[in-house]
Amino acid sequence: MTTKPALKDWPLWEVFVRSKQGLEHKHCGSLHAADAGQALHMARDVYTRRQEGVSIWVLPSSAITASNPDEKGEFFDPAADKIYRHPTFYEIPEEVGHM
Amino acid sequence: MSTLNDYLLHLADNAVVLGQRNAEWCGHGPVLEEDLALANVSLDHIGQARLLYQHAAAVIGGDASEDKLAYFREPHEFRNYTLLELPHRGPLVGYAAADRDYATTIVRNFLYSALMVMVWDKLQSSSDETLAAIAAKSLKETSYHLHHARDWLIRLGDGTEESHARAQAAVNHLLPYTEEFWTSSEAERAAVAAGVGVDVPALRADWDALVNETLAEATLTRPDFQGYITEGKVGLHSEHLSFLLGEMQGLARAHPNASW
Amino acid sequence: MYTQSMDIPDGAAKKPTAVPDAMSEQEAAFEARIAADGRIEPQDWMPAAYRKTLVRQISQHAHSEIVGMLPEGNWISRAPSLKRKAILIAKVQDEGGHGLYLYSAAETLGTGRDEMLEGLHSGKAKYSSIFNYPTLNWADVGVIGWLVDGAAIMNQVPLCRCSYGPYARAMIRVCKEESFHQRQGYEALLVMMKGTEEQKAMVQDAVNRYWWKCLAMFGPPDADSPHSAQGMRWGIKRISNDDLRQKFIDATVPQAKVLGVTLPDPDLKWNEARGHYDYGQIDWDEFWNTVAGNGPCNKERLATRVKAHNDGQWVRDAALAYAHKQQERAIKEAA
Repeated sequence: MTTKPALKDWPLWEVFVRSKQGLEHKHCGSLHAADAGQALHMARDVYTRRQEGVSIWVLPSSAITASNPDEKGEFFDPAADKIYRHPTFYEIPEEVGHM
Repeated sequence: MSTLNDYLLHLADNAVVLGQRNAEWCGHGPVLEEDLALANVSLDHIGQARLLYQHAAAVIGGDASEDKLAYFREPHEFRNYTLLELPHRGPLVGYAAADRDYATTIVRNFLYSALMVMVWDKLQSSSDETLAAIAAKSLKETSYHLHHARDWLIRLGDGTEESHARAQAAVNHLLPYTEEFWTSSEAERAAVAAGVGVDVPALRADWDALVNETLAEATLTRPDFQGYITEGKVGLHSEHLSFLLGEMQGLARAHPNASW
Repeated sequence: MYTQSMDIPDGAAKKPTAVPDAMSEQEAAFEARIAADGRIEPQDWMPAAYRKTLVRQISQHAHSEIVGMLPEGNWISRAPSLKRKAILIAKVQDEGGHGLYLYSAAETLGTGRDEMLEGLHSGKAKYSSIFNYPTLNWADVGVIGWLVDGAAIMNQVPLCRCSYGPYARAMIRVCKEESFHQRQGYEALLVMMKGTEEQKAMVQDAVNRYWWKCLAMFGPPDADSPHSAQGMRWGIKRISNDDLRQKFIDATVPQAKVLGVTLPDPDLKWNEARGHYDYGQIDWDEFWNTVAGNGPCNKERLATRVKAHNDGQWVRDAALAYAHKQQERAIKEAA
């Protein structure tokens, strides 16, 4: 059986959907499209068939720069001991009430 | 049958026949993403057809129902535009099997949705309140169909040499069928007079502008029209409709007393 | 829908990779995370065999969804009511969506969709064999929803917790949509079973043809399932074939009773001691023969997919050519 080359160069797009006003856009998957406009329409048909969204972003997968898991230590561990960044670090006299 | 019914059936038959045609792509589209998009278009049309048939059935009364109207009428009783029953390919007789051509699909969806956004828009102020409500819902759906078809038409026209040739062939093949839009049937005239329907010929200038502007952007040319004006909306169809209905209605008609 | 075929090697059988004696530091970290039921994300280090197995499993799963559109799609044009037509279009469309989510998950492992499709179209990659059987009457659509999708849910729910993050997330999305599939199928059958004698006969006929094929969907018995152990260890397979099959049978028998159909297995009976239903012998020769490409519809299904793909080439080319032209125009305008 013969097959012609598939999807040559239809780039991959990442899809982000805002499920309702007030919430952030959330990554929900990817799709192939020839250009951004088409990607947006296709995202609508692929990822919001059940009213999952009120707004969609698409961006070329190639435009994403991700942190390197090998550098996870230096990237994220230093935040671990900054417990003074969290409100529970501070003791406030009870009579002050909620703060 | 009353005028209102004839008019409602015209709208409903348009929707069901095109919905049936577009669903033929389900599982066979040019790319998975597009498969899903076209299924959505088809679902919208089936949804519109159901609402319109339900309304027509209520007007007719008795044992009329959505499915009786869709499944138990003969081809000559269907009131859809001939354009919508044509297969997804160039001109061939009804019994000739052939491949589906996406350009034909896109051009048809474009020509029809370009009309229907204008029709639904006007029908929102129909004196028939149910129809007005259906129109408001359908307008949103059809606006999306127009967007989808127009985007693709431009891509096909201004894409590769092959896609351009296919798109031009589809335009040449299908555009003559749109002449049917501009000749008023008795049912349409009566519906306009009653404040229920839309004077479609009055939409022609706007429709022409949209079509011409889109064809230009797609680097396609508009052929001169000459010849036969189709009359599907008065029940005089192409050979293709009875094939389409034969397939669609066969199972339901084999079990007329069954419910599903 | 789903595939049993995670246990079915593509093309030539491959031996599962042996665990090396001395693990690298990366491998040890990977194994530790798996052991702690943690998740692996695309950029994390993973053993080549894990990556390869996942690509195979997820792409087979995706292919199953896409090929699975065909047997039911077959009935869209003939659906006996507009309501059922709409439901069926939405359902078949969902299968396409599931395929897309899964291709999308597999692509995070560095294999493009084109490559996966090439595997399908060349016959190298497998898909669920259940779709190599024909849909012969309208009740088949309902039975596929009830039994085939029911079997799918059994398999997919545990996969929502699988070790590979993108796969697990895709499965969560799929599972949410899948319960609609099973329910619509069962409900359609309920209506038919309350209908005419012909309708009831259609349902029974469909159940007769699909029951055994559905049991085989869970894959070969655990004893003959070479990839299972590794898959379980890696957390990309959560429950064994036989356990899932038993779970499915136990859940389905009461549903069949409510429906009023007979499941075509004289050995099917409740075993008090085991707390499960006993069942008869599955015809594995027939199953393997179909997997090998000799089922009633293998050639049709594959040829149909290849044709759709090849016929769509000019459409995909056009969109791409247009996108490039637009880019060039934008550059010219900016200059």
